[in-house]
Amino acid sequence: MIAYVIRRLFTGVVLLLVVSLATFVIFFVVPRLAGASPDTLASRYVGKAPTPQAVQAVKERLGLDDPLIVQYGRFVKGIVAGNEYKAGNDVVLCNTPCFGYSFRNSVEVWPQLMDRLPVTASLAAGAALLWLLAGVSIGVVSALRRGSFFDRLGMTTALAGVSLPVFFTGLVSLALFSYYWEIFPAGGSYTPITENPGLWAYSLVLPWCTLAFLYAAMYARLTRAGMLDTMNEDYIRTARAKGLREGAVVTRHGLRAALTPIVTIFGLDLGLMLGGAVLTESTFGLPGMGKLAVDAIRGSDLPIVLGVTMFTAFFVVIANIIVDLLYAVIDPRVRLG
Amino acid sequence: MTERASTSGLGMTGTGASSSFLDVRDLRIHFPTDDGLVKSVDGLSFRLERGKTLGIVGESGSGKSVTSLGILGLHKRGNAKISGEIWLDGQELVAASAEEVRRLRGKKMAMIFQDPLSSMHPYYTIGTQIIEAYRIHNDVSKAVARKHAIDMLGRVGIPQPDKRVDDYPHEFSGGMRQRAMIAMALSCDPELLIADEPTTALDVTVQAQILDLILDLQKDFNSAVILITHDLGVVAQVADEILVMYGGKSVEYGRAEVIFDRPRHPYTWGLLGSMPRLDRDVTERLLPIVGTPPSLINVPSGCAFHPRCAFAGRNGGRSESEVPELLEVDPGHFAACHLGRDERVEIWESEIRPKL
Repeated sequence: MIAYVIRRLFTGVVLLLVVSLATFVIFFVVPRLAGASPDTLASRYVGKAPTPQAVQAVKERLGLDDPLIVQYGRFVKGIVAGNEYKAGNDVVLCNTPCFGYSFRNSVEVWPQLMDRLPVTASLAAGAALLWLLAGVSIGVVSALRRGSFFDRLGMTTALAGVSLPVFFTGLVSLALFSYYWEIFPAGGSYTPITENPGLWAYSLVLPWCTLAFLYAAMYARLTRAGMLDTMNEDYIRTARAKGLREGAVVTRHGLRAALTPIVTIFGLDLGLMLGGAVLTESTFGLPGMGKLAVDAIRGSDLPIVLGVTMFTAFFVVIANIIVDLLYAVIDPRVRLG
Repeated sequence: MTERASTSGLGMTGTGASSSFLDVRDLRIHFPTDDGLVKSVDGLSFRLERGKTLGIVGESGSGKSVTSLGILGLHKRGNAKISGEIWLDGQELVAASAEEVRRLRGKKMAMIFQDPLSSMHPYYTIGTQIIEAYRIHNDVSKAVARKHAIDMLGRVGIPQPDKRVDDYPHEFSGGMRQRAMIAMALSCDPELLIADEPTTALDVTVQAQILDLILDLQKDFNSAVILITHDLGVVAQVADEILVMYGGKSVEYGRAEVIFDRPRHPYTWGLLGSMPRLDRDVTERLLPIVGTPPSLINVPSGCAFHPRCAFAGRNGGRSESEVPELLEVDPGHFAACHLGRDERVEIWESEIRPKL
C-alpha cells in the first residue's frame, strides 16, 4: 500500500512537470513558431496600447531573449522558489509559488488566484454535495424501479439536464427566481462565508442548483447504469440468501460496488471545477476563478490566463492522485497493483 | 387425472402441515416474458427429512436452480409466478410474507452457490461477510461474531483462521473460497442447506474434499441437504435420495441406490450412459443423450423428453400427446414414462445396462 502511494505520488510530480511544460510551450513556444518575435511576444503582456519602453521592460523582465530552456527553467523555478523580474535596477518580486506577474495591473498572479479560490470552492463544494445526493439517489431509485414512471421521468429530466447548457438554465432560473418571483438575489451578489454564512448560502443557492442540475443528470445516469449492473451480480443474491434486509442489500452491497466509477468521475469533475466553473460564474457574476480567467482574456492579461490554466491543470492532476488513492481504499483488489 | 396425481403417493393428499421437515408440493415457478411463459418448474413435489441428503440432477435449464431459489424465496415476486406449497418445519413458505421468508433465510435455510468468487462481495473481507451473516440473525457484538467467524473458518478447514479472516475473497484459492462460503452458510446453524453445484467451479482434486466437508458438517449439524448438480458422480457419493428433473418436471425420484441400480426412465438411462466410469475399458465410448434440452417456453407436447427418447415410438403416439404422470413403479420409487413397467425393466436389463 505504502509503495503504491509513493509510486502514485511520484508519477503525480512527473505529471505536474509535464503540465507545466505543456503550458509553457503553449504560451511561449507556440507563438514563436507562429512567427512572433520576443518584442511582439512582450507586447502582449502590457495591455492594448503598449509604449515601446514598457514592451522593452517586459521583455527584459521575462528574459524573452534567453534560450527557451533557460526560460522554462526560470518558469519552473518560479513556482517552487519564487522569481525576481529585473529591468535595470528596478526589481519586481514574485513570491513562491510564483504563477507569473501581471504587468498590466502590477500584481502577482498567485494572490489573485487565492483571492478568487474561496468563491469557486464555495460554488463547487455546495454544488457537488447537491449533485452527489440528488444524482446518486435518483440513479439508485431509477435502477431499482426500472421501467417505472419514476425511472422514465428521472431519465428524461436527466437527458434535459445533460443537454441544456448552464448559461441557459442559469438565465432561466435567474429570470424566474430572482426577477419574477424575487426569491433569490440577482447575479453579482456574493458574500464570503466568513462574513455571513447565511447570506453566503443564500447568494449561492441558484448557482448551486444550476450547476448541480447539469452534473446530477450525468451522475443519475451513471449511477443507474452501475446499479443495474451490480444488482445482477451473484454476490447480491448471496447477500439476500443470508437474510439481509433489502435496504442493506441495496446500499451496503449494491451501491457500494456501483460507487467505484462514480468516485473516479467525481474527483476529476471536482478538480476541474476548482479551476473555475467558467459558465456558471459568468452567468451569475460570481467573482471566482472562472470569472477571473474570462475577464483576463477580455483584457488580454496573459499572465492571469496562464496562471488560471496552470492552477486548473494542477488541481486536475492532484484530484487524479487523490482518486487513485481513494480507489485503493474503495476496491481492495487495487492494492496489489 | 387430478385424482391419479393425488393418489400417486407423494404426499399430495390433502393440505395442511406436513410431518416431513421439508415438503414441497406441486411447486410451479413460471416467468412471464415477452417471448411467452417460461415454465421453469412445473409441478414438482418432494420431501426431505433432517440429516438426509437429496440430490437433484438434471441438465442446464431443467429447473434445478430455479427450484432452490424458489425455496429460499429469492425470486422477485413481480417477475415470477409461484404456486404450490413449500412446507419447512411446519411453516408454509409460498404464501408467507417476504419478511417472514427473509427471517428464515440464512438462519433456518442457507445456500451455497456455484461460483464462490462471484458469489462473495469483492470489497469486503471474508470475515466481514461471515460476521454480517451471523449478526443478521444473532444479536451479538462484533467481537463475539468475529470469534464465531474464526471458529467457523477453522471448522471448515481453513488454516490460520484468525489471520485469514481478514483476507479478501480474491486472496483465497478457489477451494478455500468455497470453504469460506460454506462457513458463511453454516454460521447460523441452518437446518436446511441447499448446495447449488458447489463443486462445479472447482478443481477436480478439491471437489471431493468439499463434498466430504459438506457431509461431515451435515452430520454435526444434523441438517437436511439438497445437493443440486448435473453430475451423477457427485450425487452417487453423497445423496440418500435422487430427484431427476427434465423440462421443469420430476421424471424420476427414488432412493439413490435404486436410481443407480434400477432406473426406470429413459432420461436417467441417458444420464448414466453419459457418465464416465473408471471401472470400464477406456476405449469404450460414452453414450451421450442426443439433441438439446427443451425450450421452457415451448416445451414439447406430451412427454417433454420424447424428441430425444429412443423409445418414444413404442407408445402409439401417447408420448407426443399425453404428459406422463409420475407414478410409483416400486415402493418409494417413482418415474414418469409411458412405457409399460415391465417393458422398461426389460429394456434396462437387456439393452441399456450391458452397455454402461
